[in-house]
Amino acid sequence: MAKILLNMITQRSIEEGIAMEIGKPSKEYFEACSLVEMNEDDIKALGITPNTNVKVTSESGEVIVKAVVARQTCYRGLCHIRQGVWANQVVPPRTQSTGEPQYSGFPVYIEPAPFERIKSALECVQGAVGLWKEGNE
Amino acid sequence: MPKVIKNVGCPYCGACCDDVEVTVSDDGKRVLEVKNVCAIGTQIFMHGGDHDGRIKLPRMRQPDGTMKDVSFKEAIDFTAKTLLKAKKPLMYGFGSTNCEGHAAAARVMERAGGCLDNCASICHGSSFLAIFDNGYPSCTLGEVKNRADVIVYWGSNPAHAHPRHMSRYAIFPRGFFTGKGHKSRTVIVIDPRFTDTGRVADYYLQVRQGHDYELFDAFRMVCHGHADDIPDVVANIPKETILEVAEVMKNARFCNFFYGMGLCHSDGRNHNIDIAISLTRDLNEFTKCTIMAMRGHYNITGPGAVWSWQFGFPYCLDLTKKTMVHMNPGETSSVDLAMRDEIDAFINIGTDAGAHFPIPAVQHLKKHPFITIDPSRNMASEISDLHVPVKICGVDDGGIVYRMDNVPIQYRKVVDAPAGVPSDEEFLDAVYERMVELEGEGFI
Repeated sequence: MAKILLNMITQRSIEEGIAMEIGKPSKEYFEACSLVEMNEDDIKALGITPNTNVKVTSESGEVIVKAVVARQTCYRGLCHIRQGVWANQVVPPRTQSTGEPQYSGFPVYIEPAPFERIKSALECVQGAVGLWKEGNE
Repeated sequence: MPKVIKNVGCPYCGACCDDVEVTVSDDGKRVLEVKNVCAIGTQIFMHGGDHDGRIKLPRMRQPDGTMKDVSFKEAIDFTAKTLLKAKKPLMYGFGSTNCEGHAAAARVMERAGGCLDNCASICHGSSFLAIFDNGYPSCTLGEVKNRADVIVYWGSNPAHAHPRHMSRYAIFPRGFFTGKGHKSRTVIVIDPRFTDTGRVADYYLQVRQGHDYELFDAFRMVCHGHADDIPDVVANIPKETILEVAEVMKNARFCNFFYGMGLCHSDGRNHNIDIAISLTRDLNEFTKCTIMAMRGHYNITGPGAVWSWQFGFPYCLDLTKKTMVHMNPGETSSVDLAMRDEIDAFINIGTDAGAHFPIPAVQHLKKHPFITIDPSRNMASEISDLHVPVKICGVDDGGIVYRMDNVPIQYRKVVDAPAGVPSDEEFLDAVYERMVELEGEGFI
């Protein structure tokens, strides 16, 4: 299957904001943030249908998320993960000496991963620091 | 009878809506209903007060990885000892804390000799750098409401991030000189995505991501009389559109730029803001023009104001020398400190570094003692060695907050917090007192 190079941005959305206040371990937060919004043609170029899981790989990490057609349209070549746990698995920590990581405008490879599971928020963060155990939810 | 409290401030975003109406239960412990508040603010109010879902005691991580309830006295003692033992502790957060909490935190970190930073470090920090270099020709949101007839949202999406910003201040309200509301204003939205804010725009410019600087430069060329030299397309925007929009800005009676993370987080960082300020200055040759940062949290402007008054710097404070302070983003900023592994204790307060820092930075911070001070469970609390619950400012605690235009607002308590749960200020003051005691006893 295809693998494409896109320009990633991560920004706020109201769905993410509401879900964040409900609670980051919540189902609402998982559904709001564990997805990558793409241009419809880029999804076609991957050879998949919308709502298929994909693997996003950057210079600093990788994450499995669901590929959806962006309602707030991205042009071809641009993709967006809502700010939060899944986005920060791939955001590069380089700051251009300002303190601000590269939250917007970094290259990522996206490839289909239809049989891969999307990790929960807790599994992503606790797993990264060696605290994750089944049943921690 | 349930009581209705009017003119309450909302503890969500930098727009700081202060016209919220909150209905509270007879016993003053629960919020029953809220009016004049967005969907996100509603969630915050509904989480306040004394209810079953609220965390009421600090939780300490045990050797087997589980969390166990401990007393506030133990939590204060653990925090004080952690700060005193560390060579270079970092306290970071403060977006959702009142100014009284910011001042108390500064007192603690000055005593501990550590670093003190707020969420601006990963948000509008580059705005500070540009403002130091180039000034800040700004105004208040009241002036925008009453005077501005051309509104530019550049790299910001208030429909999602500041849901009532457009209806309270910028586009829809009828002001003193803008009596026709939306009809008397021209809205320009510049963003790589066709956002929901873009849908209300009279002019939507789909700038190529990361190329904002070039587009600002093109607008400046028009202002300086070099329109003929602009290439046919700049950052994906045709020359004719640039000329047309530049004329709209120049012919405004009062133009205001609102800019957000699209500029601060992209390549160029502070240089994008720097040229935005320069364009604002240029436009003042033709009309009145101002610029304003779309600050994120409701009181993220607060620590900048409080610490500037206390120390002379708004963020990225290095207090390790105790007798003097210095600030140098890139060196003393939280993510850079974490990535160089210079920190040997971390306190996350009123934010969630676990979810919002790039994960390699979280991994570095977690090598050392990690404490979270926050009312609710979040990603930082779930990896912490100690989680201390506190009151929610604006819901069960009052205090001063600064709106995005640097206007201070007195927030109010509307419900009672669970008995025994302290405010940020009360907890930090107790930590300070314990540090003094421990030093007197010869600890470390």
